[in-house]
Amino acid sequence: MKDIKQLSVNAIHNGTVIDHIPAQNLFKVITILGLDKINSKITFGTNLESQRMGRKAIIKIEDKFFEKDEINRIALVAPLAKLNIIREYEVVEKMLVEVPEEISGIVKCMNPKCVTNNEKVTPRFKVVDKKNVSLKCHYCEKITDQEHMEYL
Amino acid sequence: MKNRSLVSIDDLSKEEILKVLDLAEGFEKNPSQQILNGKVVATLFFEPSTRTRLSFESAVNRLGGRIIGFSEASSTSVSKGESLKDTILTVANYSDLIVMRHPIEGSARYASEVSGVPIINAGDGANQHPTQTLLDLYSIRKTQGKLDNLKIVMVGDLKYGRTVHSLLMAMSRFNTSFTFISPKELQMPLEYKMYLDKIGLKFKETSDLAENIKDADIVYMTRVQRERFSDPLEYEKVKNVYVLRNGMLQDTKPNMKVLHPLPRVNEIHTDVDDNPKAYYFPQALNGVYTRMAIMALILGLK
Ligand SMILES: [Zn+2]
Repeated sequence: MKDIKQLSVNAIHNGTVIDHIPAQNLFKVITILGLDKINSKITFGTNLESQRMGRKAIIKIEDKFFEKDEINRIALVAPLAKLNIIREYEVVEKMLVEVPEEISGIVKCMNPKCVTNNEKVTPRFKVVDKKNVSLKCHYCEKITDQEHMEYL
Repeated sequence: MKNRSLVSIDDLSKEEILKVLDLAEGFEKNPSQQILNGKVVATLFFEPSTRTRLSFESAVNRLGGRIIGFSEASSTSVSKGESLKDTILTVANYSDLIVMRHPIEGSARYASEVSGVPIINAGDGANQHPTQTLLDLYSIRKTQGKLDNLKIVMVGDLKYGRTVHSLLMAMSRFNTSFTFISPKELQMPLEYKMYLDKIGLKFKETSDLAENIKDADIVYMTRVQRERFSDPLEYEKVKNVYVLRNGMLQDTKPNMKVLHPLPRVNEIHTDVDDNPKAYYFPQALNGVYTRMAIMALILGLK
């Protein structure tokens, strides 16, 4: 049954399927992975029904394979995302995202007096809580919690 | 510590902290050592802080070094919109060490990443001021003969006061027992209390000053500032509650000392000044020896 649902967006030959993205974060995932800047054939579906998460989105990218570090960048916006690696129309590998120890260049520091909000400095954080993702700024040392996360 | 920047007190291990204090003790005994001869120290004060700047400049001068820099940003290219990075890269060409104070939080960490010479953070907004913490530790050890197992009472603005936060973090490595005395609006933030719980250190939180300083080894006073209160009436209510008076010191321990990062407003009554337990002016002098030690270690001269 599951497979049939996934087919609501066309199957791909070789590439990656990212499933279980919260529908409201689809475009954040696209931006974070830079999918708006690559030449691969990409199809996506959104507002698909999901028993686990209400409304989900799914992205299929032809001829694109991700490194683990690269894919973990979406952990903040799609912590439950699942990746299927496809070769010759077959799922050859599955991957889950993992919240990394450190992140940089994805989220803004919530402290308006932070140097990252006042000079051209890429924000960097240590992940201090992986479950309720909360981030400690490498520069001003203040905590940015999920509620205040703003994406770059 | 050679060639390393000092941005946050957490950058130093317990051993490194003790090394700074030992060396500062040496400078107190013999303050005129010409070890900075031929060295140029830049003091970049993007916001004015006369006290801290003079303390650093006195330390450099006594050690025979030269100083370049500015005491406020308005007369420099910074006011023309130059980026912090460009200022730091330029000044790093002219100096062996940069002492920097800046109103923006995290600016010192960033400067340490772009600078070719070490940075000493002399305060970055409400974030860190590690040389203040080191001089506090020096003052505590000098007056108590040790850092371990002391009872420290912190009074005043414990919510926004970065000096008390850094001092708490540093002293928590020495099995300190803490008492926090403040108005309700200015209590010690939860994250620090949780940290003390986590490492198993006891603390007490109260609003009564006179009663709770009797068994203290150190009473650390801070300013309660009007602008911290959203309701001016609240400020009027508490502004005279957290004032230390000479009469309160009567039943305190003989070894007890009163510390304050200065400048004070009215939170320590002037009638305390002549009491031998008042230590805030010698504390400021200790800042010179401590800063001598930090600079000597970073420049690899000791
Ligand atoms: Zn920050």
